[in-house]
Amino acid sequence: MLVRIAGNLARFLLSLLAATILVFALMRVLPGDPAVIAAGQNASPEIVASLARQFGTDRPLPVQYWDWFSGLWRWDFGVSYVTRADISPLVADKVQVSLILVAAAMALALAIAIPAGTIAAVRHSKPSGALISALSQLGIAIPGFLLGIVLVSFFALRLGWLPANGWVAPGTDFAGFLSRLVLPVMALAGVQSAILVRYVRSAVLEVMHEDYLRTARAKGLSPLRALGRHGLRNAAIPVLTVTGVQFSALIIGAVVIERVFVIPGLGSMLLSAVGNRDLLTVQSVVMVLVAITLVVNLLVDVLYTVLDPRIRAAVR
Amino acid sequence: MQATQSSRRRKTVAMLAAMLGTMLLLSACNAGSTGGAPADPDRLVVALTGEPVNLDFTTTAGAAIPQAMMSNVYEGLVGVDQTGAIIPQLATGWETSADNKSYTFTLVEGATFSNGAAFDASDVKFSIERVKSDAWLNGLKSKMDVVDTVVVNSPTSVTVNLARPSQAWLYSMTTLVGAMFDPSGVEDLANTPVGTGPYQLESWARGESITMSARPDYRGPAPAIGHVTLRYFADAIATTNALSSGDVDIIYNMQAPELLSSFQANSAYQVIEGTSNGEIILSMNNKAKPFDDKRVRQAVLYAIDRKSVRDTAWNGLGTLVGGPVPPTDPYYEDLNNRYPFDPDKARALLKEAGAENLKIDFTVPTRPYATAVSEIVQSQLRDVGIDARIRSAEFPAVWLDTVFNRHDYQMSVVLAVEARDVLTMFNNPDYYIGYDNSKIKDEAAAADAADESNYVAGMQNVVRTIVDDAAVDTLFIFPNVSVAKAGITGLGANSVTEALNLSTIAWS
Repeated sequence: MLVRIAGNLARFLLSLLAATILVFALMRVLPGDPAVIAAGQNASPEIVASLARQFGTDRPLPVQYWDWFSGLWRWDFGVSYVTRADISPLVADKVQVSLILVAAAMALALAIAIPAGTIAAVRHSKPSGALISALSQLGIAIPGFLLGIVLVSFFALRLGWLPANGWVAPGTDFAGFLSRLVLPVMALAGVQSAILVRYVRSAVLEVMHEDYLRTARAKGLSPLRALGRHGLRNAAIPVLTVTGVQFSALIIGAVVIERVFVIPGLGSMLLSAVGNRDLLTVQSVVMVLVAITLVVNLLVDVLYTVLDPRIRAAVR
Repeated sequence: MQATQSSRRRKTVAMLAAMLGTMLLLSACNAGSTGGAPADPDRLVVALTGEPVNLDFTTTAGAAIPQAMMSNVYEGLVGVDQTGAIIPQLATGWETSADNKSYTFTLVEGATFSNGAAFDASDVKFSIERVKSDAWLNGLKSKMDVVDTVVVNSPTSVTVNLARPSQAWLYSMTTLVGAMFDPSGVEDLANTPVGTGPYQLESWARGESITMSARPDYRGPAPAIGHVTLRYFADAIATTNALSSGDVDIIYNMQAPELLSSFQANSAYQVIEGTSNGEIILSMNNKAKPFDDKRVRQAVLYAIDRKSVRDTAWNGLGTLVGGPVPPTDPYYEDLNNRYPFDPDKARALLKEAGAENLKIDFTVPTRPYATAVSEIVQSQLRDVGIDARIRSAEFPAVWLDTVFNRHDYQMSVVLAVEARDVLTMFNNPDYYIGYDNSKIKDEAAAADAADESNYVAGMQNVVRTIVDDAAVDTLFIFPNVSVAKAGITGLGANSVTEALNLSTIAWS
């Protein structure tokens, strides 16, 4: 088990390293010179050259890469040449916002999907099971941002119950924080729960046909209790995998939702940094997103090993 | 079984009720923010699109920084009123020498910077000379090239000597190049602005909002509203949502005219229409085929019905002018009749130029006004036999790179926001438009060096020559449309300077 986890860790670190090179290279392929953008529409070539010198974008690429890379491990992303501010504390700020959003959405999605998916499986031949399946089909087809717009126009604009957009830190005004969290979380969780319902349903359906469950039922347990006691742990493994994958998808989805709801998270930061060709900031934000995704994958892998004795046994 | 089922149903109902209850409770916390009455008359939230990347316009281009900073945090010696006339600000008055080369300003007394330092003539010398130094990296710094020396006569009197007379210079002093700085307050302009204005920076959440508070030690009348927050939105729909749900009080310079109707019909809001300095310029690369032929450019001007472009693309808002000069400039004249909509004439000119069945690339920046305008322009050009293929260019990065810097384009459309920018655009053959300025060069220099009335007449001649040459097609002057809650007064309708002046705004 430890060997397996060590392998996971090594793969995680290698992927991070590869990502730094890839992200750095991709930024340099983007059209648009940061100095030209910062100088604007009336600038002389001298001003552009002077800005490039100040930014350090006139230095050789390996030097630029090493400067950025060597700081990464110390959580020092450098000073943005566009905003003239330290990038690291800003990123830390925005990561918090995005993680709150994504974690809340994932929790809500699981809270909906696990019971709904189980019911859909147990009652797969009944109308209520079919209804849940149909609803989840529909949910997958609706893009998150569209759901967001619909939620805003109904709950914020028509009913006036909740703010349409914006963000308040939980520390400054907790009620305001919650009220601004509801709609974006619903928009994000809507699609996710629809996706997860299908996985939960098929995972539960699968274990329902296992021998041990039939045995449990024969002992007199009701289908749901049998499932609860013996089946769910087995059904959890495929669901866990897809939750890990979906967590990454959720982070990407949050970029769009943050824009719809004007939430100052990583997504908003990324979009404006790309627009301004704030290369250092874009690189750093993308790396953080990559790192979060890889960490989630690593955790899923580890949890796998812990959850499933068969995997543990196989590598021992 | 029956019992558990109904209890489960009850649980579900209870959970839904709890969720709805929570939402109602949360909404109660936000209640009272909609409608005309302010929640707190000492606070105001203004929605803007396009955030400033930092607060230092001396080294960073872009309209968002001066929009927030000028008039509020920074002041110049002179300012501009809502009609475009030059008015005193930190100078109480000024005198011009007989040869029009020297300006002697008398300064207000008792003005201080927000860091406590007193403002006097030495700060004027410092600020003007600094624009000419390497510390400034904003392209607009060239407006100060004409300054020869700055002489401090006394703490309240300063003389600026120009290398040659320049009518344009005094106007430039009303823009960001004329902002007054304190020598000890320029270390970290990107984060800590220090100026003489009625407001100072209170807090700044990057990419989200800037909050400014009224300075207790401001020399003039105190602003009516103590704390003003500028909130930045990526798109116009988000601003209207925020106004509708009561999170903001004003949307300034709205970018989506099609969303106005719901506010116009609602007495809780007022829609304020004004004009701006921005010209929507359909630019043609004067140095590249096919637009290096004047007849082809003229054909485009005849082919485009500017009124229908404006009405379709921008809901009838905006002013038709026929030339690259907004009505608030002193040398403005109505040139709408120079190229009336006449597709037949356009076809004839194209035939004469041997340019029938043209295929051109139309590089359109990814801005709402540009995409709105481009399709109707495309269809009108198609009517006269010009097939314009729309190629979208990310703005600003890609557009600046390809069109502005490398001049790799045939036709484009862009909002030119800088004040009095005719000569910037046309008196420089290396500018992206590539207009051959040999005909206007001497006349423009003579006009700038003349007295005020001859300046106006001279500049009008220059503009007429540019329009006769069909250097570009000025589609319309961009409107400045704001939506405010009904109880707000004092918001300037026109955007004739780069600044959004907050100090005049009040709750009635």
